This record gives sequence, structure tokens and C-alpha cells, in this order.
Amino acid sequence: MNASQAMVFSLVAVGILVCLPLIGVTAGMTSLFAVIIPYAAVALFFVGVVARVVRWARSPVPFRIPTTCGQQKSFSWIKADPLENPTDTKGVVLRMILEVLLFRSLFRNTRLEYYDGPKIRYASAKWLWLGAIVFHYSFLVVLLRHLRFFSEPVVPLVTLLESVDGFLEVGLPRLYISGLALLAGVAYLFLRRVTIPQLKYISLPSDYFPLFLIFAIATTGVLMRYIYKVDIVGVKELTMGLATFHPVIPEGIGTIFYIHLFLVSVLFAYFPFSKLVHMAGVFLSPTRNLPNNSRMVRHINPWNYPVKVHTYEEYEDEFREKMIEAGLPVEKKE
Amino acid sequence: MATVPKPSELGKVDHRPPQRPWTETFPEFRPGTYCYSAKPKNLEVVGLPNPREWSPTDEDWKLPDDWKDITLKGMKDRLDKFRSFKLFMDICVRCGACADKCHYFIGSGDPKNMPVLRAELIRSIYRNYFTGSGKILKKYAGARALTEQIIKEWFYYFYQCTECRRCSVFCPYGIDTAEITMMGRELLNELGCNIDWIMGPVANCYMNGNHLGIQPHAFKDMIMFFVDEIEAVTGVRVEPTFNRKGAEVLFITPSGDVFADPGTYTLMGYMMLFHEIGLDYTWSTYASEGGNFGLFTSHEMMKRLNAKMYAEAKRLKVKWILGGECGHMWRVINQYMDTMNGPADFLEVPKSPITGTVFENAKSTKMVHIAEFTADLIRHGKLNLDPSRNDNKIVTFHDSCNTSRAMGLFEEPRYVLKAVCNHFYDMPENTIREKTFCCGSGSGLNTDEFMEMRMRGGLPRANAVRYVHEKYGVNMLACICAIDRAVLPPLMNYWVPGVEVTGLHELVGNALVMKGEKKRTTDLRYEPLPGMEEEEEAEDV
Repeated sequence: MNASQAMVFSLVAVGILVCLPLIGVTAGMTSLFAVIIPYAAVALFFVGVVARVVRWARSPVPFRIPTTCGQQKSFSWIKADPLENPTDTKGVVLRMILEVLLFRSLFRNTRLEYYDGPKIRYASAKWLWLGAIVFHYSFLVVLLRHLRFFSEPVVPLVTLLESVDGFLEVGLPRLYISGLALLAGVAYLFLRRVTIPQLKYISLPSDYFPLFLIFAIATTGVLMRYIYKVDIVGVKELTMGLATFHPVIPEGIGTIFYIHLFLVSVLFAYFPFSKLVHMAGVFLSPTRNLPNNSRMVRHINPWNYPVKVHTYEEYEDEFREKMIEAGLPVEKKE
Repeated sequence: MATVPKPSELGKVDHRPPQRPWTETFPEFRPGTYCYSAKPKNLEVVGLPNPREWSPTDEDWKLPDDWKDITLKGMKDRLDKFRSFKLFMDICVRCGACADKCHYFIGSGDPKNMPVLRAELIRSIYRNYFTGSGKILKKYAGARALTEQIIKEWFYYFYQCTECRRCSVFCPYGIDTAEITMMGRELLNELGCNIDWIMGPVANCYMNGNHLGIQPHAFKDMIMFFVDEIEAVTGVRVEPTFNRKGAEVLFITPSGDVFADPGTYTLMGYMMLFHEIGLDYTWSTYASEGGNFGLFTSHEMMKRLNAKMYAEAKRLKVKWILGGECGHMWRVINQYMDTMNGPADFLEVPKSPITGTVFENAKSTKMVHIAEFTADLIRHGKLNLDPSRNDNKIVTFHDSCNTSRAMGLFEEPRYVLKAVCNHFYDMPENTIREKTFCCGSGSGLNTDEFMEMRMRGGLPRANAVRYVHEKYGVNMLACICAIDRAVLPPLMNYWVPGVEVTGLHELVGNALVMKGEKKRTTDLRYEPLPGMEEEEEAEDV
């Protein structure tokens, strides 16, 4: 499948997903889209992610294989790098924090510049890191802001987050930076994928689909907030009903809300079965979450088994004559 | 054997991928880009499956009848045994951060040498048989059905990866292509699709103790040859011992050091150093190989070959083991040995008999790297060094992939280098330490029929050397790996003529002022020491 086919396939898939609630809600299947699907999606998300993690965890880590990106711990007079080459749990935790919260490895990125000659230069390349940070953090902020719909009274932290997010105080309702940042982040990740030839070459439908899906989610969210206003009181009634397991379906919320909700449900349901599980997987990566102390502490392989070796006795039996002649010590003289 | 195109031709690399999707593009086995298949006798020695005469260019690879079942069962088995494999199959987001980090991609432009795509070669099969979405959505989920063509593709690309792990440094999830390549090679090995430059050494290491198949008496002869060489240069006669019980230290180095220049000069350096400090050590003819070609075969083979180190240390009743300059050897020692063949409870925690330093970082494996050992000696002022003897050498240092990215041995060799030579310049930051570039011939790919790919893969390394060659006049590339010492000289000749290759301890040997030595006029290569050029000529007259 070539790149445009992959893109079209994903675009059509998201298009269908947009149409489903449009048709469904108009046809009166409101409770399906307002209650049943969201519950099922969230359940699938949690069960799926846990199942995934358990599935990974069932496979042991037989050997310590950390990628060491800094000086090892050796002498007191050589400065070791406990963050990039940790030897204990504390170092590993700090290394993982840098990785998970600040995308340390991506920050290291370089870009190949190839000239005739041949001459090669490796320039700094932080755009992917920046794009990824913007995308993930704005997504997180948007997600946290949505807690407003699931708490009564609204958690103070959420109110604080909203005031920071909307500090520009533009328009009414107040403009949230995170929503636009999320759209910009998704757009960047998508444009990168189609404009860099190698990246386009490796991209699968499963790379485009989540981008399109998230783009559609963010777009419907932004549209709902600033342009096609929905009945926000009704929305809160619905979400609080869902959160307290006493679902109610208020009249006249507006179809665009159901599109948004359905797409979010799809994202939740899709999450555990796709590359999006990197969110959980990053914590389990043996090249990052293990200390480099295998010369200091013995690590046990649970499935270690005896193997056939060529013993010294066999070796000496083969070469005894020659060894004696060469004056090499042997175990058996005859 | 194919002729290697000229540097001007090989340097024209197009990094734009082809129009056809990668799932439908398969490699052409062109001479210079693949390694020869393993000879049946080498598989028979170690009991590996499907020994037969065949060639990668054959239409029919004579796979076993149930090759598909073997492969899929092998995959399942490894998914259950290695979390790394399972996880790395699932979490790649194809962000492409790894794409331009691989030396083979940089030098060849072949998109399947992008680490992400190399992994997708297996991942697409994994999806098809081991994931629900792949089973249902097939190619829309990036899944491919297993065909013989794909086995050939695996062979081509998993023997076009040196397991250098550079991509894993840049991957946001630490996905390590070396792990994937290792699994790919294990699966290929189950079908009898091995390469001879790995299986020959494996068979030799297994039977004779070292990858060249040197027999015990010949091993001793070769070492004794260097005793004479040292005497000729220094006037001092060193006295190595072999298979000696009760020595304090067992010394193991890659057998390449015993056999091929310039590794041999490094070997002379080791022996001079040990003699000078009066180390109570012994060589072993049984464990006469540090390098572990099992690492390039399977975890099981790695364990089988590695077992000799501890077995011999136990038999000879030494206190601890000292290891020479080698890349893969140290990856195995650092990451696998103790787990596979330990506990080494019959040994003592290594303690330098000269300085009293206890090597806490090796308290479980009981094995010390010679760069650590020598750095400690220098730090304590135990060596009389005259770095000016290396003044004709303007040195840069190549961090070996395995000591860098699997161990983090960066400062010790640099500390030694700075003590034994006056002119040292590091290569640019993005090409050293954990970001170091592979020599292009690691993981058993250092064979001559693979020369075109070796030169392509070594281009990024050579390019960085050329930078310091032009900027500082660097003429000597130091390294701490036997494969580097074997393969960097042709690489330098090809891309950066005028740069020679040395091991760390060759420079130590040159600079070491030994008790009772004669006036030294040449270095270990019989080349005049700085300031001695005229005397040399006078002698010639």
C-alpha cells in the first residue's frame, strides 16, 4: 500500500466515524451514542491497557540491556553520569522521569545533512521534540480541563488550569491556548509525515488514522466552544450522569457534541490495540528502565537452562600430545 | 568477490526512497552487499539445524519443509521469553527519529536500513500472526503474510545490521534494533540461514577456543613471537605463562590481537605493561578468545561460547579476570556473562595488586576492563610514561559501539590516551561517546565479500575522522576493539588515506619507560621514534 492509499484509507475511516453519530442521533439512537458507547469505550480502554501491560509483563526480562548514554560508574575520580547511565533505582527513576516528562531521547535528536563529496554534517534537530512536547502537553491540558464536566463543584486545580490556559483573555468564551496548540501539534506531526520522504515511506494507515481522529476531535471541540454553541448545561448534566452512573440524556444538546463524544469514544477504544499504547509501554522499556549494574549485581534469568559446552577435558583430550610437546601444562600426563 | 566502486562513486548516495511501497520491494543479492552462506561443516560442529550447501543468490534456499511453522513457533517462543522483543513489536510510533541515525542507511540510502523499517520487516509478520488487528485488517494494519521472499529479505537486512544500538539512543522508547536483529538472526539460524563469517568463527571458538582455530601449541608460539619482537624493540624480555594454575589473574583478549596487525602491537603493549608492573597473570589456550561470535548467532550460542571464561578461571584457580580491548566481548561480559554463566563465587572481587584499588563496579562478574586497570595505574603514578615517544602521532579516539552504548566506558580510555600521547583531539560531538558511529563491520560482518557495504556503513565514521584529519592533522585513530583494529585500516585507506589505526595499549607500550630497557629508537611497529629518524638512517647505512 502506498502513502496516498494509506492516507485516503484513514481519512475515509474517520469520515465514516463522523457520519455514524450524525445519522444515528438523527435516527433517534441517542442513548447508544450518549451512554452505551462511551461506557463501552472507557471500559475497553481500561481493560485493554491493563491487559496489554500484563501481556508485556508476562514476558520476563532475562538480561540487563540498558542503553548507556553516559559515563559508567567506576572510580571515585571519574565523574559518572547517573541520569544517562544509572546504577541504582534512584538513577533509573530520574532517567525515566526525564524520558517520560521531558522526552529526553528525542531532545538528543540530530539531522543528517549529506553533501556531495561525500561530506556529512549532523545538525541539531529539536523540531520533532518541540512538536511532540506541544502535542502531548496540550493534549494533557485539554484532557484535564474536561474534568470540569465530571466534577461538581469543579476541582480547584481545574479552575486554576483554565485560568492559566486562558490567560490571554481573548474573546468570549475565553480562548484556550491548549486547544489551538493541540491542533497545531497534530497538524505539525501530520505535515512532517507527508513532507519528509522517508517518513512518508514508512507511514502506515495506523499512523495517519490516530492523527486524523485526534484532529477531528480537537476540531469538533473548538467548533463547539466558539462557533456552533451547544447547550453546555445539558452537556454537564449528561457527563455528571455518566460520572455518577446515573445517566440522563437531556434534550437538544446538538449533534456536533455527539460527534465529538463518539470520536473520543473511538479513540479510547482504539487506544489499547494500537501504537498509542506507547504511553504505557514507555515505562516498561528494558533499555531505559534498568540500571547498568550487571557487573556489580548478579541478575537472574528465570528461564536460564544448561547448554552443551566444549569442556576443558574434551579440549585437552584432543590436543594433549601437542600441548605436552609445546611445554604447556596438562591435567592428565599419559 | 566483487570489486568495490571508487569512493567518488560510492559517495553518491540518494536518500530518497523509491516510489514502490516497501512491502512490495525485495532486495537483489548483488555481490558486495551480502555475506556468503555458512559451510555445512561449521553448522555440524555446533549442531545447528539444516546444514547444506547453498548460496543466497540461489532461487531455492533449501529451507526445511516446515520452515513456516519453525519460524512462527520460534517467534512465539521468543515473544514469551523476551519482554524487549514483545514490547518493541508493539510500541513503535514510526516517528522516524531513528531513520537517519543508522550508518548503513547513511551510506547506502536503502530505506530498509532505516532502523524503523528494519524492525517493520519482522513487525509486519508479527502483526499478521500475533495481533487481532493484523489478523482482521491485514495490510491495512501493516501486516504481511510470511513468504520465502520475506525470509530472504530478513537474511539480507539482518545481516546488514551491526547491532551497534546507535538508533536506540535516539528512540523515545529506547527501541533497540540490536534486539530485533538478534531475534531475526535467531529465527534465520533455526532455518539454517547463517553466514560463514559468523559460523566459521563460532565453530573454531567452540572447538579450539578462539575464532581463528589456533591450536594450543600454535597459540603459545604466536605469543612467544611477540616476546621476541618486544625484546628487539626494548631490550627487555617479557615472560608470559600459559595455562598456569594459581596465577592471580587470568588475562583474556580477542584472538585478533594475537593474529593480525595492528592488533598485535596492542598485544605487545599489554605484555610490556604486565611485565613492567610485575602482574602475576596467565594466558589460557582454552579460553583464548574474548570476542563472542555467539552474540551474532543466538543467545544460546553466546552462552555456550562464553562459558569458557569462568570455567577456565575456576580450573586455574585465579582470583579474577582481566579483559583486553574488545567491543562485543565487553558487551557480553557486561550484560550477559554473570547472568548466563555465573555466579562467579569461586573468584574474588578484583583488586589491583599494584595500587590496591578494589574494582567495586566489577564485584559480581569479577572481570575488569584493561582500560580501567591501566587508568587506575596511571592515576596512582605507577607507570613511568614518556608521552613524547608518541609525538609523531596526532590521535583521535573511536568509541567502540559496545563499550559505549552497553557499558558507558568513555573517560577511562581518554584518560589513558591523554597520559600516553601529547596530541589528542576528539571527533565532533555528535559522532563520539554514546553517539559514536559503527566501524561498519561489526557483529560478524567483517568479511571481504561484504566490502562494498562495509565501506558504505563505515562512511559516517570515516567522515568524522576526515574532519579531524583535515582540521588538526590527525593521523592515528585509536580504538579499544579488535574488530575495529581489523576493519578500520581498510576503511581509512578507502575514505581517509593517511590515517592509521592503533589500539590503546599500543600507545601505552610506546610510551612506557621500562626498567632496564635499552635506548629505544623505534616504536612497536619498527618506525623511528620522534627525533630518532636520523639515527635510524645512520644504522641503515
